[in-house]
Amino acid sequence: MSSMLGADVNVAQNVGFYIVAAIMVFGALRVVSGRNVVHAALWLVVVLGGVAAQYVLAAAEFVAISQVMVYIGAVMVLFLFGIMLTRATIGEESDLNNKNWSIGIPVSLLLAGTLVWVIVDQYRGEVLSSPDEPMSTTAISDVFLREGLVPFLALSFVLLAAAVGAIVLARKD
Amino acid sequence: MMSIALEIPYWGQSLLRVLGGVGAVLLPAGTIVYLFLFKMMSFMQSRLGPMEAGPYGSMQLLAEVGKWLQKEDIIPENADAKIYKLAPVIVLVSTFLLVVVVPFGPDALFTDFSAGVFYALAIGSVSVIGILVAGWSSANKYSLLGGLRAAGQLIAYELPMVLAVVGVVIQAGSMNLQQIVVAQNSGSIFGWDGVGFPFVLTQFVGFLIFMIAVQAELTQVPFDMPIAESELVSGYMTEYSGFRFLIFFIGEFATAGVFAFIASVLFLGGWGIPFSWFGWESLEAVDGWMNIVGPVIMLTKMLVLTGIIMWVRFSYPRFREDQLQRFAWKVLIPLSLANIAVTAILKVAI
Repeated sequence: MSSMLGADVNVAQNVGFYIVAAIMVFGALRVVSGRNVVHAALWLVVVLGGVAAQYVLAAAEFVAISQVMVYIGAVMVLFLFGIMLTRATIGEESDLNNKNWSIGIPVSLLLAGTLVWVIVDQYRGEVLSSPDEPMSTTAISDVFLREGLVPFLALSFVLLAAAVGAIVLARKD
Repeated sequence: MMSIALEIPYWGQSLLRVLGGVGAVLLPAGTIVYLFLFKMMSFMQSRLGPMEAGPYGSMQLLAEVGKWLQKEDIIPENADAKIYKLAPVIVLVSTFLLVVVVPFGPDALFTDFSAGVFYALAIGSVSVIGILVAGWSSANKYSLLGGLRAAGQLIAYELPMVLAVVGVVIQAGSMNLQQIVVAQNSGSIFGWDGVGFPFVLTQFVGFLIFMIAVQAELTQVPFDMPIAESELVSGYMTEYSGFRFLIFFIGEFATAGVFAFIASVLFLGGWGIPFSWFGWESLEAVDGWMNIVGPVIMLTKMLVLTGIIMWVRFSYPRFREDQLQRFAWKVLIPLSLANIAVTAILKVAI
């Protein structure tokens, strides 16, 4: 057993990873199998919170906080807000399933397979050591304001286009 | 720095942190309720407030808690019981998670996040989920309306709050709250270091925006549209009673205290006293007794700030929903963006 572990692999970190991952998988299954939209949204909060926890375990502090801020604090709040403004019945609903729901299974299997294959192909046999300390925010900003500046600016245009598109769709006059 | 002689094992440190966190949340909440809600409001309205329980009614708080705890735990028949029970817990837990980043002294801190400010703002937005599902799960139209109003308001005022903080972060050159405290207490005003350099002097606009946004985040009057009692009974809290209401109640005032802690760290110099007074060169040189004095300084600043929050609460009538949204999007957000631009230009120029 010990031969499989690199000298500087943090066991507690790996145990934590699998616990959080199990919670995330369970939550994700509840999102798609639940019979109530609001419950599904709350399970999605659990899944997204789990992603933040995984980032913390990977010592990516800033990314983890961004995950909480963007996905839980903004996206999920708007999600719940939208659900409650339009339809939010308490109790089970029977007409939640789209008749094409079975197509989702091969698509998600294909997606998961591709991701697993890419990661395994890239890091085959390589054991990542635990970082000594969290990646500092200044280091991240140095990267995306130097080498990553052009993609960063391009991304902000995508967001701008989305915002303009939302206004165009919302205004009928 | 005077180091603590005894070695505390990890579980002991964790226990101390949990106890300290509970104290840092509940103590301000109790103090705010007694000092401001019971006494200051009464005096402003020419009455005495609670006088029977204990000297000057100081034990009234315990009586109130006792009253709430022994009330029947009512859950509406049509409510979604699980979510209904979960909602107040989400709100209170987010408050506990919030206090974790606040430094109370050179060593008296729970965690030393390098992105502390960002963490506080991110966790501060989680309580909205609790409020939203509280309104939804109560199966009551007033509750749902209150929850929706709360969400709309909290989203609108979160932006100016985040943007107001950016000015401080630019000036301090760090998002770590401890570093922000150090930057303010080791700075000097044109060479004079008698009071350090609290950021409220240069970031006064940011401070104002931050405090207004805090007022709105706490849904205190004049931003109490979500719980407007003349329209919505009690908004998202309408169906809650007994100890579940107590959790919301504690959460409201504890969050007020924690946000005041954060504001005093960002703008008023936090736990520190100007380092030049005792010739400290850096954070490491600060004497150990500041771990005792620091929390007291923080508590004082917190009381001043929550005093202002409550003073405004007792003095002003409520904003209308459209006024409230317009104020956030058309006044506060442009103003805070201008503040960031000016701060950034001056930071580079000077």
